[in-house]
Amino acid sequence: MTKYYLNYLDELESEAIYVLREVWAQFQNPVILFSGGKDSIVVTHLARKAFYPAKIPFALMHVDTGHNFPETIAFRDKLIDELGVRLIVGSVQESIDKGRVAEEKGKNATRNSLQITTLLDAIEENKIDCAIGGGRRDEEKARAKERFFSHRDDFGQWDPKNQRPELWNLFNGKYFEGEHFRAFPISNWTEMDVWNYINRENIQIPSLYFAHEREVVWRNNSWIPNSEFLKLGEHEEVIVKKIRFRTLGDITITGGIESEADTVEKIAEEVSAMRQTERGNRSDDKRSETSMEDRKRQGYF
Amino acid sequence: MQLDKSQLLRFTTAGSVDDGKSTLIGRLLFDSKSIFEDQLEAVESTSKRKGHDGVDLALFTDGLKDEREQGITIDVAYRYFTTPKRKFIIADTPGHVQYTRNMVTGASTANAAIILVDARHGVIEQTRRHAFIASLLQIPHIIVCVNKMDLVDFSEEVFNNIVSQFEEFSSKLLVKDIRFRPISALLGDNVVNRSENMPWYEGSTLLHTLETMHISSDINKVDARLPVQTVLRPQSEAYRDYRGYAGRMASGVFRPGDEITVLPSGFTSKIKTIDTYDGAVEEAYAPMSVSVTLEDDIDISRGDMIVRSNNKPESSQDVEVMLCWLNNSPAKPRAKYTVRHTSNEQKAMIKEIVYKIDISTLDRSPDGEGLEMNDICKVKLRTTKPLLFDSYRESRATGSLILIDEDTNETVAAGMIV
Repeated sequence: MTKYYLNYLDELESEAIYVLREVWAQFQNPVILFSGGKDSIVVTHLARKAFYPAKIPFALMHVDTGHNFPETIAFRDKLIDELGVRLIVGSVQESIDKGRVAEEKGKNATRNSLQITTLLDAIEENKIDCAIGGGRRDEEKARAKERFFSHRDDFGQWDPKNQRPELWNLFNGKYFEGEHFRAFPISNWTEMDVWNYINRENIQIPSLYFAHEREVVWRNNSWIPNSEFLKLGEHEEVIVKKIRFRTLGDITITGGIESEADTVEKIAEEVSAMRQTERGNRSDDKRSETSMEDRKRQGYF
Repeated sequence: MQLDKSQLLRFTTAGSVDDGKSTLIGRLLFDSKSIFEDQLEAVESTSKRKGHDGVDLALFTDGLKDEREQGITIDVAYRYFTTPKRKFIIADTPGHVQYTRNMVTGASTANAAIILVDARHGVIEQTRRHAFIASLLQIPHIIVCVNKMDLVDFSEEVFNNIVSQFEEFSSKLLVKDIRFRPISALLGDNVVNRSENMPWYEGSTLLHTLETMHISSDINKVDARLPVQTVLRPQSEAYRDYRGYAGRMASGVFRPGDEITVLPSGFTSKIKTIDTYDGAVEEAYAPMSVSVTLEDDIDISRGDMIVRSNNKPESSQDVEVMLCWLNNSPAKPRAKYTVRHTSNEQKAMIKEIVYKIDISTLDRSPDGEGLEMNDICKVKLRTTKPLLFDSYRESRATGSLILIDEDTNETVAAGMIV
């Protein structure tokens, strides 16, 4: 006799598919925010499932900071080709050139917060009314408060005190002109769930997630990859280490970890034994206790 | 973890402000080793700065700036932990002023509710409210945790008294499964690990209860209902004539060959295939997301419901609903709202407030005029077209609705169809 229940991964998958279909049904012009990281790759995979045998009906939108890992861009372009979907690129470099934002100064300068303006501009220019992201509530304490359908005012701001209550599976995506929504289909997934799912579904991910020899510099308690954007400090030196990346952001701020994990199984095993959160190596989160919340309030995804 | 067996259990916590809710969640996360070192370090340094003895477990859950400053929880947050047996989602709801609204939100998707009772105070008004809301929302399982047992010398008598107090009034509630656990969230007694301080207690720990609770029967497996979210029409050679009706099974089971009726049109057909990206399946049951094809070409769109021909939901423009008002601005009499019920959306008017429930005494008062935030009322709703529904008691998925204010676009009420 069949036992009529789903295992937890199937239930999470089914929930995410439901959310993606609701986005498609309730909005006019939704896009998937695609960073090339594992979470946005999983969301894209889920979108493929949600609309099969039809194509993914969303464009993919990449906010390009100009400080990318070359592997990420190559991976992105290959996936776009394979899926036959449209790619929208919002360029931080263009925002800088247009004078919309100013580059940060100093040794720890990043383009991370500059993304906010570029993202909001791209949303406005392309008349996007819902940006689907791979954000997960387990990532960070401010994200734990996020809704599946998350309202943004006409400045793109998130107000944690004024969120729409989310009851049962009844999502309210109504908005006024100029406002938009963010949707997070994998809200209920943890880092471990994502890895177990990538493993089970055999989803392709960028090589950066696998351990290999790389040129790195020890900075802020993690291994920062060498790149044309890196300015070496006085006592810093570039060495070669076998590392892998646990999350992918800008090449200037993403810290690698020493690892021997070169397959998805080994990564899943390694992650399950980790004693540090995955964002522990992201210097953008270490700026203050509430840096994620502050950025989200301004419109960060 | 055995991927193919582990289930997911969603639970919510309810208690008054100082009953130790945040501490209990912190304890569950901490003792189940779901706290990472960097999170622990952050909480340790904040605890020290605030001058607390030891680690303040409650700090694990209060995430927002205002919450940390004021030491309160503002809005529902979701927490996660996993044991080798299950994955858990906690809806962490604030016990503060907006208790009804927030508890309803957290409870709407929960399999289980943990109701905290302070061992020193016993069953108080707030406990009765929480139990009532859990019962109203039809949470299948309730676990009453008698907390702070360390402050009553781990007394068996105190625990037994609270159990009988609770049982006395809960006999009027509609909850079938109620369990009692004596715990100390602060010290960790009977939360994840067995208590050495209460040798008289022979039952299981809170975590073990959550891990082993039977939840497969929580979803209705009898009444087959597929609300259509969207229609899949691929523009490709291979699938030129494909029309897939995509949705998530709300309840019941469908198999290819089943005689179905599409509502509201009433057209009948048979299920041809049940498709997923991973191939066709032999059965679809809640909460599976699938795409269904039919033997006949029928005009079907979002908001329609596919049901078994010999088992149809009710259909009416007039429904009686238990409504919880969630919004700051009160309900306008005879005002029109957008009602969202499954994937169907239409207009509705609150025709009449039948009675209001006094949440302190649980008495019904007939003099219901306006509806204000946190009020719970029975109302008569008139919709522009018939709703296709089951009573909330039969099915949470097809018995629930929300009201949206057209002037503000805000979700203003949660409703359970009587």
